[in-house]
Amino acid sequence: MDSLGNTLANLLTIAWLLPLFGFVVQILFAHKWGRKSKAAAYLAIFCIGTGFVCSATAFYKWDKQAGHLVFKEAKPAATEVAEPKNDSKAEVTEEAHPKKHSGRQTVFSGTFYQLAQFGDLQLSLDYYIDSLTLAMFVMVTLIATCIHIFATGYMSEELVEDYVDHQVHSHDGGHFHRPGRFYRFFSYLSLFCFAMLGLVIAGNIFQVFVFWELVGICSYLLIGFYVERHSASTAANKAFIVNRVGDFGFIIGLMILWTSFGTFNFADQHVSDGGVKPGLFSMVTRDHHGEFPKSADGKEVVLTTQQDGHGAWQVPPETSPRKTIAYTLLIVAGLGVFGGCVGKSAQFPLQTWLPDAMEGPTPVSALVHSATMVAAGVYLAGRFYPMFVPEVLLVIAYVGCITAFVAATIAIVATDIKKVLAYSTISQLGYMMLGLGVGGWGAGLFHLITHAFFKSLMFLCSGSVIAGCHHEQEMPKMGGLLRKMPITALTMLVGVIAIAGLAIPGIYLKFWSFVPYLSVYEDHGYVLSFSGYHSKDAILATALAYTKLNPLHFLLFLIPLLTAGITSFYMFRLWFYTFLGKPRDQHLHEHVHESPWVMTAPLLVLSFFAAFCALGGEHHGSLFGVLHHSEPVHVHHGFEAANSVSLPSHQAIEDSHASAGQAALLAAFVGMALSYLIYGKGVVNPDEIQRQASGVHAFLANKWGFDDLYDVMFVKPAHVVAKFAAAIDKFVFDEILHTFVRMGIAVSKWDRKFDEGVIDGIVNLMGNSTHSLGISLRNVQTGKIRQYVTFIAVSVVTLFVLLFALYPKG
Amino acid sequence: MQPIDPNPFLIVGAVLFVCGVVCMTTKRNGIGVLMGVELVLNGANLNFITFSRCTPLGLDGQVFSLFVIVLAAAEAAVALAIALNFYNNHLTIDVDRGDELHG
Repeated sequence: MDSLGNTLANLLTIAWLLPLFGFVVQILFAHKWGRKSKAAAYLAIFCIGTGFVCSATAFYKWDKQAGHLVFKEAKPAATEVAEPKNDSKAEVTEEAHPKKHSGRQTVFSGTFYQLAQFGDLQLSLDYYIDSLTLAMFVMVTLIATCIHIFATGYMSEELVEDYVDHQVHSHDGGHFHRPGRFYRFFSYLSLFCFAMLGLVIAGNIFQVFVFWELVGICSYLLIGFYVERHSASTAANKAFIVNRVGDFGFIIGLMILWTSFGTFNFADQHVSDGGVKPGLFSMVTRDHHGEFPKSADGKEVVLTTQQDGHGAWQVPPETSPRKTIAYTLLIVAGLGVFGGCVGKSAQFPLQTWLPDAMEGPTPVSALVHSATMVAAGVYLAGRFYPMFVPEVLLVIAYVGCITAFVAATIAIVATDIKKVLAYSTISQLGYMMLGLGVGGWGAGLFHLITHAFFKSLMFLCSGSVIAGCHHEQEMPKMGGLLRKMPITALTMLVGVIAIAGLAIPGIYLKFWSFVPYLSVYEDHGYVLSFSGYHSKDAILATALAYTKLNPLHFLLFLIPLLTAGITSFYMFRLWFYTFLGKPRDQHLHEHVHESPWVMTAPLLVLSFFAAFCALGGEHHGSLFGVLHHSEPVHVHHGFEAANSVSLPSHQAIEDSHASAGQAALLAAFVGMALSYLIYGKGVVNPDEIQRQASGVHAFLANKWGFDDLYDVMFVKPAHVVAKFAAAIDKFVFDEILHTFVRMGIAVSKWDRKFDEGVIDGIVNLMGNSTHSLGISLRNVQTGKIRQYVTFIAVSVVTLFVLLFALYPKG
Repeated sequence: MQPIDPNPFLIVGAVLFVCGVVCMTTKRNGIGVLMGVELVLNGANLNFITFSRCTPLGLDGQVFSLFVIVLAAAEAAVALAIALNFYNNHLTIDVDRGDELHG
């Protein structure tokens, strides 16, 4: 069993580090391969593709051990999937490294490398592998591989020595020229993959934070890829700065955790003296009713830091020293960490950066800003779930609910194809948060995985459309593209149906039983539906069960239900607007072409997964089953509370499933029908509606005024403060400096005069006199030999005369 | 050896010296200048010998004059070579034509 843990850790480490290797090679050597070389892209695809193979292998091995949830056993045998296999499970968990809460979870954890130790504070690179980690690894590497391949086609216009950016104008009115940056794009993508996988595999919350920032900087680099465009560089700054706000909360959460718990590790750690040090998740345990062990006055939560004979974590007896944390602090810590998730996952009120982030190239939007990085916030909320108390979950639920609704309404009026998808992403992320918040741990993360597939698919489709339309992104100029680009249109339709959550009840699929290697679908027929139907259903069912328990929070069900209808409406609007109807821009329409295979093939792969990855839904579905393996134990029973919020148990969710599912399906169909009437059939002219409700339209088109509000609240005051600071700088500090400088100049001037007048004067005088002497003596040198002789003779005579005259006689 | 009166010798030497100097300063012919030099040297020689004879210095004066004669011969050889080269360059031995080194 340990060997399985080691195998998984090794495989995932390879998958994690390969993109880093690719990044280093590309950033150091790719410029030598030339700007027209695709070698950097091939290297990046090789690294992430191998990463996918490693992840998939690890997943297969895990699956074999966990009871063949996805893949068939070697000998075909009927396997029960719905129930956990207790016999094999016991063997699994007995040797599994940390046994937590109960026998349900299987976690492999350990330390790669210890970075530093400050007193008791250990900073290390750990790994924490459970089924959620594995599912995320497979999802991220698979989507990233598809997007890398797509990007080789999409970014191929960068393969030139001289790239002309038509959206940047130079001073003389021409377009901006720069060298192509193909390899740089792929090196950033590789760095991003490394950071994202590191975030997923991280075994302590500090390591998560490190990679959290690393994906942030990759996002910054990729949004600002066309850095010469003012909008792109502004959007990159905005994304980074808005994320700082959330990260501030994250840091506060980290400080509280460190102060109260004394560790950052998720899982228990074996220490060198043979003992076991409890991890974060072990220290916060709940009893069967979901209550924490509390101190006598009920305000402090006692941490379970002592192991009993069976390895379960217990509250230490009264006599021994106990670790406690105030309940309010636990709330603050949870809210702080969730604050980080709010920033990264673009939740209300920090959602404004994500639509602007669409300035990056479309593959980036697909990979970073829809499927993986923004989902990291949801992932962290899921990973950190055992630490969240019901009050924090309530906040999470409301934040998610508001986000889902606000973003969905804005998406109705957006006309930029990528902006619609961006708002839809925010809305769906809100759904996931809502799912987590109402106690649907599995539902939220289920939606995370399914959403990653269909949203990356739709972004790539939009990329294909944009490339086909020569970088036109405005939907009002498109229309009627179905015939021109059929593959893109149909794969997009798959994504749209998936996100809208459409299904045809009563029609059951049997054909899965013919597919070899896949075990689970043998005995059950399935509703004809795509992935989003199942995951959205799961969230709504949980929300319904939650509102039944807490009637006060009935909006947590009604608003998501309404949002489901809106989602269906605007997604079909996008599809009808783009692909059906008459071409609205004839000139553009004539030049549209279907994208090459290198771009459509990833679409086909992703559309397959978008359609079928959630097959079987919550009851028999393999994906949900896999995720369910990592579910924190306390979620199963729910939580009944007299004076705070209650959480539904699985049984309660199961009971609400049918009614919630029907309501959601109805909402989705209504949305689709409305959309078809308005945009497909043209029964009502959308411009007419827009005119009728111009106030609402303006409000929505202005994104509920969030940008303006933040502009007034934060940006403008910041500018005022900055101007004030600049004035102080200019008029005070600069003046002081200038005075010093002026004094220096005066001294120098005097010094110069002395130098020039006195020192130079003496030297020049000597030089000049010597020179003039030479000039005058020069005339003596006549070259006339007889003259010289005369001089000599006269001189000799003169000397003699002088000698006789002056020499003393005697 | 009976003492002699040095004055006639000194007068002849002085005349020779003055003739030589006048010859050097007035002659434009290079060979003539050389001849003037010889005269000057020999005037000086006569002085050496005269004082050597009239004073108790032994043979010092005679030895000196022998040196002077040898040196004069050597000087004449060098000077004649110069004169030849001068003629090769200027097609004359007029010393006034050789003033290229004037300042």
